[in-house]
Amino acid sequence: MSFRTWYESQKQTRKFHPGWIVMAVSGVLVVAGIITIPATLVAETAPPPAAAAPPAGTSDHGKVPGTDMPKVIEQTPDPARLRNAKTIQVDFSPPPDETMPTGEFGQAVRLGKAIFTDTQTYARQYVDNKLNCVNCHLGAGRKADSAPLWAAYGMFPAYRDKNKHVNTYEERLAGCFRFSMNGKAPAPDSKEMVALVSYSYWLAKGAPLGVELKGRGYPQLPKPQQKPDAARGKQVFEANCALCHGADGQGTEMSGRTVFPPLWGKNSFNGGAGMSKVKNAAAFVHANMPLGKGNSLSEQEAWDVAQYLDSKPRPPDPRKGKSF
Amino acid sequence: MPLSFIVAWIPGSRIRVLPRLARPPARITSLLAGVASITWVVTGASLAHADGLAGATLAQKGNGGTPACMTCHGAQGEGQAAAGFPRLAGQSQAYLLKQLQAFAGGERKNPVMAPIARSLSAAQMRDAADYYAGLPGWKQAGAPHTPSAQYAQGLKIATEGDWTKEMPACFACHGIAGEGVPPHFPALAGQPMAYTQTQLNAWRAAQRTNDPLGLMQAVAEKMSDAEIAAVSRYLENPSRPGKEK
Repeated sequence: MSFRTWYESQKQTRKFHPGWIVMAVSGVLVVAGIITIPATLVAETAPPPAAAAPPAGTSDHGKVPGTDMPKVIEQTPDPARLRNAKTIQVDFSPPPDETMPTGEFGQAVRLGKAIFTDTQTYARQYVDNKLNCVNCHLGAGRKADSAPLWAAYGMFPAYRDKNKHVNTYEERLAGCFRFSMNGKAPAPDSKEMVALVSYSYWLAKGAPLGVELKGRGYPQLPKPQQKPDAARGKQVFEANCALCHGADGQGTEMSGRTVFPPLWGKNSFNGGAGMSKVKNAAAFVHANMPLGKGNSLSEQEAWDVAQYLDSKPRPPDPRKGKSF
Repeated sequence: MPLSFIVAWIPGSRIRVLPRLARPPARITSLLAGVASITWVVTGASLAHADGLAGATLAQKGNGGTPACMTCHGAQGEGQAAAGFPRLAGQSQAYLLKQLQAFAGGERKNPVMAPIARSLSAAQMRDAADYYAGLPGWKQAGAPHTPSAQYAQGLKIATEGDWTKEMPACFACHGIAGEGVPPHFPALAGQPMAYTQTQLNAWRAAQRTNDPLGLMQAVAEKMSDAEIAAVSRYLENPSRPGKEK
């Protein structure tokens, strides 16, 4: 029996007209369209990933979007919510390393990662202590709550109280070299700076611009119940930190390379570094230390150990010339 | 009881070793006590320690009742890949000594090593640890690894970890090429796959608990079976960081 004869015979039954199937299917499609089309329009209002021009000035942005796009879990907030960007937190995951682009831009991204994880080798001339960027920005700048690069990138340019003017992202990185690395900043057009900005940009690929991403910076702790105390902090340090950082806080080196970073003294960050503020150190320690056991110290212990670190000598803030 | 008497006199013995060994005398315990007393009297701890060859003798000939270390750990302390016996050569003295004490004390549960460790005096433990710490550590033998997805996954875990689940890289603590960071972090490079795998499983199941601050347990409990297998495969013959494309 051919389809046509079946169709004609069914038409005659009065119980079932095959045209009903066509009607039902088209009805479903119309309803689905009403739901999905506006949703697509909303999704299109998200800033396209190429909205920020790459500082390296290259056209090679890697693979086709969609194949390796990082995941923004929450939809980009609507413009009304964006006005309160400070308080909005959007989930974001940076793209996996396997999707790093090729070509000139890819090389810049790779060099950026190399500088970031082994600053002592790849940006030697700009560093005057024994730290590497990755010591404070764990997971090669990826780890949430450890000042990840992908969350910082989209928040600049911004006004900073620290130097009372609007800072570009490059200037923000320059601050890291001057204070945290106790060195001098690479010029904005140097290959090191271009590489670091490229790496940051690539990690932030697909993240909304100018929006506070979840995991940015170090999660600030509420004020402690007791005033932070260096003597209590010393005990916390000896019980939990000295294992890797040494009782003298000077870290551990293996064949000339820093495995565990020095926390004070001439080989550590200087008095102008963000980490030299007790509240930042407490926040970092609480979220990330001991390595792999973040959030295991109590908040009070984190404040106390940060106070202990603050009681130790370090290179002076270059803006003040505080004595060592 | 002779054993507890001896243990109390062993230099540097831990207090918690005492109650464990002094438990109601199973047949094995008294046998061990006998062996230990004889060994103690015959060799004499200070004499053995003064002799630089004591560790080598233990390694190659054992100490009467105890088999020679090399029977399982290889003539050069290189381990036995097929059986999963670990490499000892080049491991730090402090780490090796701590493991012997942990086998004897039970923080590291191992039916083969426990009686052996308990048969050793504190000085003999030091001798054996000194000996193996003095042997050359693992060097990449030139035989390249077989590239595979598992190896690549292991490389990533060892060098980068996975911070999305708070899992640090192996090499963040065990040295930039897994060569170990004495005294607390042992060398991982060149260990037989079966050994690393067994240990990670033991950490994860809290059957091994002698890590400082519970650091290793905290990592292992985040690892899947596949990740444990991959990183154990990688560490058997790790490529040098930076040479891997």
